[in-house]
Amino acid sequence: MTAAPDSETPPALVLDGVSVVRGGRVVWDEGDLAVPAGAVVGVIGPNGAGKTTLFQLALGLLPAATGRVEVLGAPPRRGNRRIGYVPQNYTAALGQAVRARDLVALGLTGTRFGLHRSTPDERARVDDALRRVGAAGYADRRMSELSGGQQQRVAIAQAIVDDADLLLLDEPLANLDLRNSQEIVTLLGELRRERAVTIMVVAHDLNPLLPVLTDAVYLLDGHPHHDVIGEVVTEDLLTHLYGTRVRVVRTAQGDLFTRSG
Amino acid sequence: MRFQENWFQILQTTFMQHALVGGSLVALTAGLMGYFVITRQNAFAAHALAHIGFPGATGAILVGAPVTLGLAVFCVGGGLLIGLFGKRVAEREIATGTILAFATGLGVLFASLATANASTTTNVLFGNLLAISRDQLWTFGGFTLLVVAALAVIARPLVFASVDPAVAEARGVPVRALGVAFVVLLALTITMAVQVVGTLLLFALVVTPAAAALRLTARPGAVAGLSVAFALASVWVGLVLSAMIDLPPSFFVVAVAVLIWGTVLVATRERRSARPAAPAVGGHDVVHAVPERAR
Ligand SMILES: Nc1ncnc2c1ncn2[C@@H]1O[C@H](COP(=O)(O)OP(=O)(O)O)[C@@H](O)[C@H]1O
Ligand SMILES: [Mg+2]
Repeated sequence: MTAAPDSETPPALVLDGVSVVRGGRVVWDEGDLAVPAGAVVGVIGPNGAGKTTLFQLALGLLPAATGRVEVLGAPPRRGNRRIGYVPQNYTAALGQAVRARDLVALGLTGTRFGLHRSTPDERARVDDALRRVGAAGYADRRMSELSGGQQQRVAIAQAIVDDADLLLLDEPLANLDLRNSQEIVTLLGELRRERAVTIMVVAHDLNPLLPVLTDAVYLLDGHPHHDVIGEVVTEDLLTHLYGTRVRVVRTAQGDLFTRSG
Repeated sequence: MRFQENWFQILQTTFMQHALVGGSLVALTAGLMGYFVITRQNAFAAHALAHIGFPGATGAILVGAPVTLGLAVFCVGGGLLIGLFGKRVAEREIATGTILAFATGLGVLFASLATANASTTTNVLFGNLLAISRDQLWTFGGFTLLVVAALAVIARPLVFASVDPAVAEARGVPVRALGVAFVVLLALTITMAVQVVGTLLLFALVVTPAAAALRLTARPGAVAGLSVAFALASVWVGLVLSAMIDLPPSFFVVAVAVLIWGTVLVATRERRSARPAAPAVGGHDVVHAVPERAR
């Protein structure tokens, strides 16, 4: 990692005795962790464990029932421009009325009231974001005409266009085939190398992400935990986490991957 | 049905002049709103609001109040009521349909109580451009000014909230408040449009021009411009035709709008279907690390 953050940089996310309640039920509690700035973090845990909830907490869309949350050194607040967000099932809802380019531009100027012409600088930033994710070739196409992988790239371009310091990507690899998901993972690695951005990725399948992950947050038995990736990819922990036997395999090339059974 | 030789003189009469001005104001507003109606998947709500206006109009006739006032009160009220029901399209549609049925029932009741004004009831259902008064024109002017000015202020966050509500919310856009504001603007637009094409034909002026524009381009400015142009063309050509041939202008206005839409549909069909829309849902041939659905 070339763009290592200096030691002054506060952690990207801090939970201090945090619990979250939704619909009268505790989703998870005893959240005590600190995600270091500049990490690429896999957020894992079974369905319904509260991964999306964790993101909503960081985005200020949901209050903590107890405890203290800190995002990039400050309490969470809605409209924090330092966070780029790609929701779960995001691209499925995007219609035919919006071009890739327009969607990315909304990430920059979408909150602005009143009539403004977009400035040359804004247009350049949109072009730059599209180029960085490799979507320049279909910038003028409608979102509904793009493949799942292309839509996901555009969504990431929207999240990075405002130079976010923290990217929250909720299941960006869902519904992608192997090649597309590997390309997105490569893209995340590149984004991390270009800037000292912290990336948190919710994923069901750790394997495609393993080449770029430095850390993991895992939701185990109703509590969130954080550790460096090497400590998480162990047979005992993954087996416990998913409630089914998981084996960890290291290939002759030194690549790590996991398999069930 | 016969050709009227003096159609050019007919066009210069006061009622035709009123119809041209009023129709143009409605076309401008409806054309602009149509873009948002489609991106917000509110087409059904737009249709329903027109019907919800029906008891407002017949009720106003019953108590001797201005039709525009009755329409506005019921459309805005109905819009807010629909807005209260779930964000999910499916839920909203059920609520909308139920309110619509009830409103239509009320409308029939009011209309039968106010039998003396049966022709006014017909005007509400089918619209009558040629019955627009000078006073109504002033009201239309005020509504148009209000809707266009409000859209100019909220356009960008409204687009964000419409196409991308989850991210817009996280980014601090007041998604809920914009939804309410939009429904009120839609209600005002419909209050006007009902008097031009009637509750039954309203779709053709509020949704159809924007739908045609969206098939031709997705550049937001171009969609808005084309949509307004199509709506204006429908009203103008419709009025000229109704001066030439003595038939209700509503029919011609709607016919032109539908013709434009149909032409665009056919013209863009080839181009569209030629593009492969390939959603990437591929099969893994590698062992899954972690089961999709772990307990
Ligand atoms: N809007 C909501 N209202 C009430 N409960 C919710 C809501 N959204 C999610 N939940 C509950 O919170 C828990 C965690 O959900 P979520 O964070 O979406 O899980 P994950 O993303 O890990 O699959 C689930 O039990 C879910 O039922
Ligand atoms: Mg989730």
